[in-house]
Amino acid sequence: MCPQRYRVTAWLPLLLVFSFAVVATVAQDVAKPRTPWGDPDLQGTWDYWTFTPLERPAEFAGREVLTKEEASQLAEKLHKGAVTERFVAGDTGAYSQEVWTDRGDKVTALTQTSIIIDPRDGKLPPMTPDAAKKAEAHKAAGGHPVRNRSNGVGTDDPEDRGVAERCLLGFSTGPPMLPGGYNNNVQIIQSPGYVVLLLEMNHDARIIPIDKSPRAQGNLRQWLGDSRGHWEGDTLVVRTTNFTDKTASFALTAFAVGSAEHLTLIERFKRSDANTLQYEFTVDDPSTFTRPFTGRLPMNRTDNLIYEYACHEGNYGLTNMLSSARAQDRSAAERK
Amino acid sequence: MGKRPIRRVMFAVSAAAAVTMYSAIVPVAGQGATTYRAPRTKDGRPDLNGFWQAVNTANYDVQAHVARPAMALRAGPYGPVPAAQVVALGAVGSVPAGLGVVESNEIPYKPEMAAKKKENQDNWLERDPEIKCYLPGVPRATYMPFPFQIFQSQSQVFIAYEYAGAVRNIYMKDPGEAPVDSWMGQSVGRWEGETLVVDVSGFNDQTWFDRSGNFHSEALKVTERYTRTGPDHIRYEATIEDPKVFTRAWKITMPLYRRIDTNMRLLEFKCVEFVEELLYGPLRKRPLPR
Repeated sequence: MCPQRYRVTAWLPLLLVFSFAVVATVAQDVAKPRTPWGDPDLQGTWDYWTFTPLERPAEFAGREVLTKEEASQLAEKLHKGAVTERFVAGDTGAYSQEVWTDRGDKVTALTQTSIIIDPRDGKLPPMTPDAAKKAEAHKAAGGHPVRNRSNGVGTDDPEDRGVAERCLLGFSTGPPMLPGGYNNNVQIIQSPGYVVLLLEMNHDARIIPIDKSPRAQGNLRQWLGDSRGHWEGDTLVVRTTNFTDKTASFALTAFAVGSAEHLTLIERFKRSDANTLQYEFTVDDPSTFTRPFTGRLPMNRTDNLIYEYACHEGNYGLTNMLSSARAQDRSAAERK
Repeated sequence: MGKRPIRRVMFAVSAAAAVTMYSAIVPVAGQGATTYRAPRTKDGRPDLNGFWQAVNTANYDVQAHVARPAMALRAGPYGPVPAAQVVALGAVGSVPAGLGVVESNEIPYKPEMAAKKKENQDNWLERDPEIKCYLPGVPRATYMPFPFQIFQSQSQVFIAYEYAGAVRNIYMKDPGEAPVDSWMGQSVGRWEGETLVVDVSGFNDQTWFDRSGNFHSEALKVTERYTRTGPDHIRYEATIEDPKVFTRAWKITMPLYRRIDTNMRLLEFKCVEFVEELLYGPLRKRPLPR
């Protein structure tokens, strides 16, 4: 029996409409992918290096936005400055930015003039008078606990050193995450009910339950706090509290402000396109700052793998800082 | 077309379906057979998501063993007693017994390597990487006495261990040879039916398999198998191959138990801070008495 022949003209418009619908759906999926269980898909490895500083430089006072040309010129200028610096450390030779740091090879700056977007002057708000007094007292009493990530207060004890030098936390992984010298990478993993932020430094996995489960009983405090997340449309909103007093309310590699005990940190993650994640953070700590402040920066998708950051296992630096200080103590004693 | 060819096709399809269903019900011999079919993730894979923990004493000694006074021993007048450094711990420092997790209970060391195991045991306090809060490696991370959490999405599998905050990416697409050695190795995963098979390579030679000095070289390769055997259990198998240390491959097997505590979560065990007195105490300007 011969198959029936169908009339081509009846099918054609239906086929066109169908194809268009398929293409439109696929296009939408690429820009706003979803996990199989229906959450926005933020997974991947994201690089958040940028030359743009945390606070607005004086030369851009009053300007919130640069043009693209100005941004790339700025990046070039800062990159050139970075690679011509040579830190000469005794006989060990120069410390090359090109080899070791992201300033050496990733020449990008944002069109924002500062990472801080609120307050609108792009500056950190002042400390409260009470926090300023506490900071003075803390310093006068020797500066312990040392809340800086790097740079310590001496070399008498391991507790004199920065928490990143002790391999307890990363240099600028906060939270919030901010560009530092290197390892400016975060990998996002999702499973039903969870988002994991794997900070490359210090192989810290911040596990964020997407639910309203109560915080652990006993008001437990942890180095990386206690996080809960929820979705607002396509944006992941993470709220973290219950930090210890061993970290600052806000810290970059080289400075630390306040103590994190009363910090509420809000972070937002939203995929702005296939290769960019928009990251926004709000530091809300009325015990340290006169008002909350917000920063924003994009994270760029990378195909590179996160490598193991076995900081403590290879921490010759801390051993050598302390043992060389003891050697200096001994020669000073012998000279007397 | 006549009716007969259609009937033949339908018969063949039914027969194939019947055979498939029958195979699914009857366990296949030789695989440590399980009849359990795990719930599926939304992308159709056996669901390993959740909190898991080994409940055995493999971390003390992967082989069968009776209880003993301590890991670090010295000669007493009538037999071994705890070493001076640990005697104050009393029973807290004692070693519980274990049925052993090694198939046939034999770890096939090359003769010259068996001597190194003994050296490790005799110098346990100085040599066991666990004491210094170093990353535990694989498979030891699995049976540390701490929970771990498996995260499984359509594109990746990730394991976060409470112990020392150790982490592992299980790449479901092979990224090629590991570019550098690491403590936790590089893991590449694939599905074989109900089982997640993970090939781990690119290890350094720094980790141990337990506190009893069982060790490996950087040539180590581990093949893990994770198979759900019930709503709250995984059968975990790990085959160890290291031609520099062992005469052949050997295998460990154990159940993993789901942690069903209310509002279960991993807590921090950032032991790096806890071992500072051990590692850097002698380098203080004013060392504490030891």
